[in-house]
Amino acid sequence: MRRRHFLTISAASLGGVLLQPLDTKLANLGAVQQLDNSLRIPLHFFTESEALNISAAVSRIFPTDDSGSGAHEAGITLYIDRQLAGPYGHDRHRYTQPPFDDNAPAEFGYQGQATPRELYRAGLKTLTGFHSLSAQEQDAALHNIETSRFFHLLRRNTIEGLFCDPLHGGNANLAGWRLLGFPGPRMNNADDIEKHYAEPFRPEPASLQEVTGSADSHSSDHAQAENDEAEP
Amino acid sequence: MKTLPHTDVVIVGAGWTGLLMAKELAARTSFNIVVLERGPAHSPTEYATGMDELAYAIRFRMMQDLSQETVTIRHTIKDRAYPMRQYGSFLPGTGVGGAGEHWSGVFPRFLPDVFELRSRTIEKYGQSRLPEDHSIQDWGVTYDELEPYYTRAENLLGISGKAGNLRGTKIPDGNIFEGWRSAEYPTPPTKVPYFSELFRQAATQLGYHPYPVPAATLSQLYTNPDGITRPGCTYCGFCETFGCMIGAKSQPTNTLLPILTKHKSFSLRPNANVRRILHDSSSPQAQNKSKIRGVTYTDSRGQEFFQPADLVFLASWTLNNTRLLLLSQLGEPYDPATGCGTVGRNLTHQVMLNAATAFFDQPLNRFMGSGASGFMFNDLDGDVFDHSNVPFLRGGAFLGRSARSLPIGEADTLPKSVTATWGSEWKKAVLHYYDRAGKITFIGDHFAYRENYMDLDPTYKDLWGDPLLRLTIDWRDNERHMSAFAAQKAVELARAMGAKEINPSAALTHYDASRYQSSHIQGGAIQGASPETSVVNSYLQHWQASNLFILGASSFPQNAAANPTPTILAQTLRTADAVVSRYLRSPGPLA
Repeated sequence: MRRRHFLTISAASLGGVLLQPLDTKLANLGAVQQLDNSLRIPLHFFTESEALNISAAVSRIFPTDDSGSGAHEAGITLYIDRQLAGPYGHDRHRYTQPPFDDNAPAEFGYQGQATPRELYRAGLKTLTGFHSLSAQEQDAALHNIETSRFFHLLRRNTIEGLFCDPLHGGNANLAGWRLLGFPGPRMNNADDIEKHYAEPFRPEPASLQEVTGSADSHSSDHAQAENDEAEP
Repeated sequence: MKTLPHTDVVIVGAGWTGLLMAKELAARTSFNIVVLERGPAHSPTEYATGMDELAYAIRFRMMQDLSQETVTIRHTIKDRAYPMRQYGSFLPGTGVGGAGEHWSGVFPRFLPDVFELRSRTIEKYGQSRLPEDHSIQDWGVTYDELEPYYTRAENLLGISGKAGNLRGTKIPDGNIFEGWRSAEYPTPPTKVPYFSELFRQAATQLGYHPYPVPAATLSQLYTNPDGITRPGCTYCGFCETFGCMIGAKSQPTNTLLPILTKHKSFSLRPNANVRRILHDSSSPQAQNKSKIRGVTYTDSRGQEFFQPADLVFLASWTLNNTRLLLLSQLGEPYDPATGCGTVGRNLTHQVMLNAATAFFDQPLNRFMGSGASGFMFNDLDGDVFDHSNVPFLRGGAFLGRSARSLPIGEADTLPKSVTATWGSEWKKAVLHYYDRAGKITFIGDHFAYRENYMDLDPTYKDLWGDPLLRLTIDWRDNERHMSAFAAQKAVELARAMGAKEINPSAALTHYDASRYQSSHIQGGAIQGASPETSVVNSYLQHWQASNLFILGASSFPQNAAANPTPTILAQTLRTADAVVSRYLRSPGPLA
C-alpha cells in the first residue's frame, strides 16, 4: 500500500469557485474538513508534491488571467489524478501487445509501451520544485519539455478537465463551459436553432446531473478507480 | 467446446445489417433465428444519461475494446505494420446496434454510375485514364435494381430530406444530380443551423446546387411501415459517437429491435464473439461446392460454443467479415503479387476531409445541431462535372453541418495565425474561436488499387491468440489531386460565407492512421460478376458456399463519395427478398 497523500485546499480559496456544489461533490471526492476550515482531499495517484507541481503547471498552460478563470479554478489536478487512477491511466482499453516502437512514424499513432501513469511519473521528475518557481521560470521550464509526450498528455488532459462534464471531477462549477459559452447537454434546442442567426445565444450551462437528475455511474472513470495501489 | 442445439439461421453481428436481415426473416419465414453479437447489450436509459463527451467522444465508450482486438496498418507490402493501439482513422463499433448506434445519420444514396464505375469510366474516358495499378470493378448490380430498396430503407428509418429527381422530374430544392427516386423522402428536411445557412447561401452564390442533407435524425414525429414511432430531433448536438437520448436518430435498437423482440423465433446473444465459420471443404482450393455447418464463438467467460445452422449471415463490422473468412480459411486469400485469390482484395477507405475550417467574427451557436442537419451539394461529385482539365477522376460532395462541435474535441480548432499552443495567448484564442469556427466537409471517392488489401498479421494477435487483420493501404495520386482540389473549392466557399480566416486542409500524402477520417472503410469480401474477382455475387451470397451470405460494406468493390449505410441497407433488403422468394424454394446459387 502506498502512503496516503492529500491535496489540502485552504479555507480562503473555498470562498471562490474551486469546487462543485460543496455538499455532493466534496463527498464524492472524499474531502475532509479540517479544524481551520481547510479541506483535505485524498489523492489516488499523485503524491502531495506532485499534485502541487501539476497544479502549478496546468495553471501556466491555461492561466487565470484577464480573460477569466483558468485551470486552477476548474479543479484540473483532481480530474487528472482520478483519470490516472482509473482505466485511462492504466491503458485498460489500449492495445498493449508487443513489439512496441517508440520511433514509429507519427501517422501510426503512439506505439510506445508506457502507460499514461508511467509517462506522468517520469515526466513529473522534470518538474521537481516547479510550484515554487516564479511564473517566468515556470514558463521557461515548460518550454523545455513542450515537445515531450508527457507535456502532450498534460496539455490534452488539461483540456479534458476544463471542458468535461463535472461528474469526472473537472470543470468545477462549470467554469470551463462558462468561459466558452457552451451550455452542456442541453436537451432541447429545437425552438432556438433557427432563431439566433448571427447573434450569440448563451443559455445558462447545466451539468448532466442537473439536466437528467442522474448521471450514468459508468461514465465516471474515477468510480472505478483503483485506489491506493502499490507505487514504484 | 459445447455444441448447441441446431438453429435454422445464425446471424453474426447485431448491427444494421444483421438485425435488418433478422427482422425480414422473422416477419416472412418461420425460421428460428439466432443473432450472435460480440459486444454488450445497451439499456434504453443509458443514452439519456450518456451525453458525456469525455466518456463517449474522447474515450470512445461505444467502440470495440482495442485491448482485446484491433487491426494493424502499413502503407505498402514492403513496410512493417503497426497495430492501431488507440483509436485513429476509423471507429469500429461494437455491441447491440453496432456502429449504427453512434453514427451521424447522414443518408445519401450513391449516384447511379457508381455501380458501373469501371465500364462507365472506360466508356467515357478510355482505359488509359484509369490509374495504372487500379483494381476497380463494377458491382454486378445497378442503381435501377436497387432503387426500390433505397426507398424501403428510407421509409424504414423515416429519412428527412427533399427529393431532387422524382421519376426523372428535376426539383430545384433537392439534389438535381441524384438518381431517379420513386418517392419523396418520408419526412421533410431538418431545421438548419446558422453555419449551414451560411453554407447554403454561399454555395448558391457560387452557382452550386445545395440541398438539405438527407438525415436519419428525424425532422418530426414519424411512424414507419412497421408501426415504430420515433420523435423529432431536438438538435442537442450529441450525435456522432453517442446513442440518441430520445431515439430521434434512427438506430438498430430503436428501429429494428422493438419489432424483433416480439418474435418468439428470434433470439439475441450479446457477448458472443464469433471466431470461426465451420465448413466442410478440406482445402481452400476444393471449394467449388462448399457447405457451411455453423459458427463457433467464445462468450465473456471464455467458454467456447459451436452453433450449428442451415443458413449463415456474416454481418459483423465491415472489416471483421474479411477477418472471419481468413481465420476460417474459407476461400482463397488475395495475393497482391499475383492478383490471384479474392478474400481481402479491394480495401478502400474514403477521401474525407475538413476541407476548410472557416473562422468568423460572429458567433455560430454551434452547440445546436445534429450529425446530419445542414446542406450539401454534388456539383463536384462523380462525373457530374467535366474531368478533362483536372488531374483526377470522380470527386465528392461538400457539406456544411454543425456536427462534432463539443468543447474537448474542438478546443484546439484555431486559425493558423494563432501560433501559441499553451499559455494566456492560446487560452484567449480558445475562448474566442470556440464558437466562431465551422467546418466544410468533403467526402470523396476512393478507388480500389491492387496493393490496397487485407490479410492476417504475422506478428500481432488478439486476446484469444488469433492473428489480427493487417491493412495495407495508402493514397495514390487520384486521391491526392482530389484532396487538393477539394481544399481549393472549400476555401472559395468559406470566403463566400464571410470567413475572416480560413484553414484549408493539407493535401493528402500518405494514409494517416492516427487522424480520424470516417468509419467508412470497406471491401475485402467484395461483390462482382465472377468468382475469380469477387467473394460474393450481387446477392451477397458466397460464390462457393451458397448457404453463406456476407452483408455490409465488405462487399463494396470500391468506395463512392457518400455515406455507406443507405446502400448497405438497400443491399440487405435486396438479399432478404432473394433469400425469401428464391433461395428458400430452391437452396443453391442465386447467380
